[in-house]
Amino acid sequence: MSDKRTTVDAIIGELRSGMTIGIGGWGSRRKPMAIVRALCRSDLHDLTLVAYGGPDVGLLCAAGKVKKVVCSFVTLDSIALDPHWRSARQRGQVEVMEVDEGMLYQGLQAAAWRVPFLPTRAGLGSDVLTINPDLRLVRSPYGADSPFVHDPADADVELVAMPALHLDAALVHTNRADTAGNGQILGPDAFFDPLFLGAADRRFLSTERVVDNGRLTDEGPLSAVVIHRLLTDGVVETPRGAHFTANPPDYGRDESLQKEYAAAAGDPAQWDAFASRYVHVSDDEYRAHVEERSAT
Amino acid sequence: MTAVNYDPPCTRAESCIIACAEAWRDAGEIMVSPFGTIPSLGARLAKSTFAPDLVLTDGEAALMVGAPPVATRPAELIREAAMPYKTVFDVVWSGRRHIMMMASQIDREGNQNISAIGDHSHPKVQLIGVRGAPGNSVNHPTSYWVPDHTTRTFVEQVDVISGVGYARAAAAGGGATRFHDVRRVVSNLGVFDFETPDHTMRLRSYHPGVAVDDIVGATSFTLTIPADVEETRLPTPEELILLRTVLDPGSLRDREIKR
Repeated sequence: MSDKRTTVDAIIGELRSGMTIGIGGWGSRRKPMAIVRALCRSDLHDLTLVAYGGPDVGLLCAAGKVKKVVCSFVTLDSIALDPHWRSARQRGQVEVMEVDEGMLYQGLQAAAWRVPFLPTRAGLGSDVLTINPDLRLVRSPYGADSPFVHDPADADVELVAMPALHLDAALVHTNRADTAGNGQILGPDAFFDPLFLGAADRRFLSTERVVDNGRLTDEGPLSAVVIHRLLTDGVVETPRGAHFTANPPDYGRDESLQKEYAAAAGDPAQWDAFASRYVHVSDDEYRAHVEERSAT
Repeated sequence: MTAVNYDPPCTRAESCIIACAEAWRDAGEIMVSPFGTIPSLGARLAKSTFAPDLVLTDGEAALMVGAPPVATRPAELIREAAMPYKTVFDVVWSGRRHIMMMASQIDREGNQNISAIGDHSHPKVQLIGVRGAPGNSVNHPTSYWVPDHTTRTFVEQVDVISGVGYARAAAAGGGATRFHDVRRVVSNLGVFDFETPDHTMRLRSYHPGVAVDDIVGATSFTLTIPADVEETRLPTPEELILLRTVLDPGSLRDREIKR
């Protein structure tokens, strides 16, 4: 069996400018922040991000890496709006494909199942269809005379055809993973991480700790290993790799650092100060700076 | 039990909580997803009294037992089932839910905006994003909570339709109207519904201490005002005891609205 352990630099090396990259997690929860920071430091540009957006989106926008974001929201949870995202949008710096949360789920699911679209009611009647003029409707092929129509209201019904959201790469952070690329999520919600991986060509996990294949049941149930190795190409150990987002049970959100991140928006000098301490540094330096910060 | 102070007999926040709770009367066994402290208290009050079968989430990824105080620490909650986001969509699309979302803007037809102020392609103010509002509003009963009722929040036409109102649902056809049900709007001034012939907004009740003219003046569009419109009902003594001593002894409810 192949050993899928790799490094953050090697993962960045597999990405290209202009790619569409899916990022797991939700809001300010279990985001692969170590890889996101490395993306910020890279020379990649014009990325399209697909995410249930949090500080991953805000950081990459602030770093000027983003051309477009496919999302339903960008939030820091305890701070309703990510001010970096707000500022990028209000300055017209980034494009957005804004869809319903469920549509995003179905777009990833369609890509993972290799079908061109999935039908949904979500979006009907809303401005999601007017701000995204490329979205199409689909009429059910089952009419009133079909033996499959359970309710007459379903006959010939018109629904949104949510297109498959194909990803060039997906980045996901888990609590544990093994050398073969199985991933374990010990927190309460896997979000849509398996689908991000399923929708992508190149699939990477960062994780708090890599264990030997077969040892993931040492710390949690097998039912928490929701990412199997058919979904992954590489795994990298990044302790506190989701920090400052919440990654229970390993750690909660670092509200104080998140506040500092938010406060750095809109002022280039403050952003430079934040970035030089928490972005343009190695992971070891990042952890050291976080520790110094909490000690003072 | 702590002695209850009945003075005042009912604060504005308490009227809002009663109004939210009433939205879930007779709802049966459905999932309630309240956004904001006051809708959360309304849901807990309803579950504790006249709607015991309501299913409440812990705000994270589980269903919780009972109707604990709003300030309960997550570690102290008792959970009965897992409700990760993926399962939430199963519930949304099954229709077994009545959500109460916030609205940065709401209009006469029940369209809600939480996406952006101004032109979406170059917003004057970026808001949180449409979130699940488009899907919620065409799949199950949806209500809204607006803690600051002004002509800027109750607008003629919202800038970006996130939650779908009646006319837009009708124009989108049977796929949109079949389960569409924008039920109530609760603001800090009153309660509104769409029970008019053309499904435009109607004043259902005004909160104690609010004049109908105050509501008219704080609304950018023409509201239907029934001749016999009544005051939002007062809490019962039992409900007041529950609110003031059990569900919210720290008065978090007063922080969400300007009185």
